[in-house]
Amino acid sequence: MRFLEEQFHKVAPLFGKGGKFEKLYPFYEAGDTFLLSPGERTKSGPHVRDSLDLKRTMITVVLALLPCTLFALFNTGYQEIRATTDPTLGPLDVNFARALYLGLLSFLPVYIVTVAVGGLLEALFAVVRKHEINEGFLVTSLLFPLTLPPDIPLWQVALGIAFGVVIGKEVFGGTGMNILNPALTGRIFLYFAYPAQISGDLVWIGDSANWVDGFSGATPLATFYSAQGDLTQMAYSWSDAFWGFVPGSMGETSAAACVLGAFILLFTKIGSWRIMAGCVLGGLGMTLLFNAVGEGYHDVPFHWHLVVGSFAFGTVFMATDPVSASQTDTGRWIYGFGIGALTILVRVINPAYPAGIMLAIIFMNVFAPLIDYYVVRANIRRREVRLGLQ
Amino acid sequence: MDKETKRILLDPLHLKNPITLQVLGICSALAVTTKLETALVMSAALTFVLTSSNTVISLLRNRIPGSIRIITQLAIIASLVIVADQVMKAYAFGVYKQLSVFVGLIITNCIVMGRAEAFAMANPPLKSALDGFANSMGYAAILLYVGFFRELFGSGKILGFPVLEATNAGGWYVPNGLLVLSPGAFFLIGLLIWVQRSLSTELVEETN
Repeated sequence: MRFLEEQFHKVAPLFGKGGKFEKLYPFYEAGDTFLLSPGERTKSGPHVRDSLDLKRTMITVVLALLPCTLFALFNTGYQEIRATTDPTLGPLDVNFARALYLGLLSFLPVYIVTVAVGGLLEALFAVVRKHEINEGFLVTSLLFPLTLPPDIPLWQVALGIAFGVVIGKEVFGGTGMNILNPALTGRIFLYFAYPAQISGDLVWIGDSANWVDGFSGATPLATFYSAQGDLTQMAYSWSDAFWGFVPGSMGETSAAACVLGAFILLFTKIGSWRIMAGCVLGGLGMTLLFNAVGEGYHDVPFHWHLVVGSFAFGTVFMATDPVSASQTDTGRWIYGFGIGALTILVRVINPAYPAGIMLAIIFMNVFAPLIDYYVVRANIRRREVRLGLQ
Repeated sequence: MDKETKRILLDPLHLKNPITLQVLGICSALAVTTKLETALVMSAALTFVLTSSNTVISLLRNRIPGSIRIITQLAIIASLVIVADQVMKAYAFGVYKQLSVFVGLIITNCIVMGRAEAFAMANPPLKSALDGFANSMGYAAILLYVGFFRELFGSGKILGFPVLEATNAGGWYVPNGLLVLSPGAFFLIGLLIWVQRSLSTELVEETN
C-alpha cells in the first residue's frame, strides 16, 4: 500500500491544474479514491466527522447485493437445466457446479457489457463536465443486469444502460442530482422499447429454443392471471417463490436473498427502514382492499404478492436509493407507502404490465421532491403556529 | 436583405424556436409525429393557417377593438382552419383521417394565437406574413426532425419506404417501440433542446 501511495503521489502533479494530463484528472481521482483513502479535507465549515463516505455507502450496497447475485447465478443455470431436460427437477437434483457455470454464461456477458458501456459513458461525462467518476456506478452496474432476463440481446443491454446513465443521471448533472434511479430508467427504457425481449413467458429462462415440449416458462406472477387467483393452480409453491427457485429476471426471484440484503442495509443503516416498511405497508393495504372487493386474481393474498415478481427486490434495493428517494423521515413513509400501493394497483388492475414495481418506483421518484417540499412546509407551519406567528 | 427581415426570418428557426424555446405547440408535436408523412402535412397546414392569419389580423389590426380582440382573432383563425380542414378532406383524405382531430385543433395551437397577439397586432402585413411563415418553418423543422427519427427508428421506414429492414418484415432491424409512443417524442425534443443549449450558451438561464 505504501508503494501504491507513493506512486500516486508521484504522478499527482501531472493530473493537477496545468499538468500534462489535466483533462484526465477524473481517472486519476477515481483510481486514487478507489485504492486509497482520499487525503482531502473539507476546507470550510460546517464539519461532520464521519468515516462513512459515498465510497463506503456504495460498497455496502454492493455487499448487500451479493446474496442476490450469487443466487442469480445458481438459479439462472438451474432454470435452464430444468427447462431443457426435465421440468420436475428440484434445485437439489441438478449438478450445482454446472448450474453455476450456465448461470455465469448468462450473467457475465450482460454484466461486462453493462460495465463497459456504462463505465465508458460515465468517464466521458466526467472528463467533459469535469466532475469525478463516481462509485455510484458500481451499484447501478450491478443492479441493472440483475433486473434483466438471461437471454437478453447484448446490444439491448448496451442501449439500456446508455439510456439509464445519460437520460437517467447525467442530463441532470450526475450522481446526487438525478431525479430517477438510473438502473431502473435503463430497464424501463428496454421494457417499452423492446417488449418482446423483456416480457411474456418465453424470455425468463435461457435457451428457449431447446426447452422440452410443452414446457411453459411462465413466471409465478404470470400464473396469477391464468390461475384466476386459485392458489392450487399455481405452477410453483409459495416456498419455491420465497427461496427463488422460479423463473424471472436474473436477480429478482429470491425474496430470501433480498431479505438477507435488507438485513445488511438496515444493520449498517445504509438503507432506510422507513421506506422498506412503507412499501410493505402500502402493498398490504392495497392488497387487503382488493381482497375485500374483488374476485379472481384480485383475491391473491398478501404473502404471495410479497414473494412473486420483483416486489422484494424493488423494495430493498431500488426504492431505497438515497438519491432518488425522499429525504425527510415522514416523506420516506409516504414515498414507500406510495410505491407499495401503486405496485399492487398496477399488478392487479392491469395484467398487461405485471412489472408494477418498476413503474411504481419511477413514478414515486418523480414525486419524491414534492413530498419532501410539503413535509418541510408542514413542519415550518407547525412551528409558526406554536410560536403564535399564524 | 436588411437586418430586421433577417431576424424575423431566422430567429424562429433556432434562437426563438416556438417549440424548443417557447415550448408552444407541444401537443401536436407529440401526437402527429409517429410518421414523417403526417408531420409534413401537419406542417403544411399550420404554415397556411399561421401565415394567412398573421396577414389578415395585421390588415385588420387598426380596426379591431382592444376589448374583443381575442375573439376576433379566434374567428379569423377558425375560419382559416376550416378552409385547411376542408381542402385536406377533399384532396388528402388518407392523411386527413390519420391526423384526425389535430387539424381542427390548430385553432388552439398556441403558436397561432401567440404570433397574432405578439406580432401581427403591432406590425404591418408584409412583416407579419414573414413572421408567420418563419414561425411555421421553426415549427415544421422540429416536427420533421421528430417525425424523421420516430419513423426511422420506430418502424424502420421513411415516408413509408422501408430503410431499415424490420424483423416483422423478415429483416434484421428490431423496431424501437418507445419511439412509437408519445414519450419517444418527448425524449427527442428534450435531446434537441440539450443540443441547442450546448451550441448557443446564451440560451441557458442564469442559475439563482
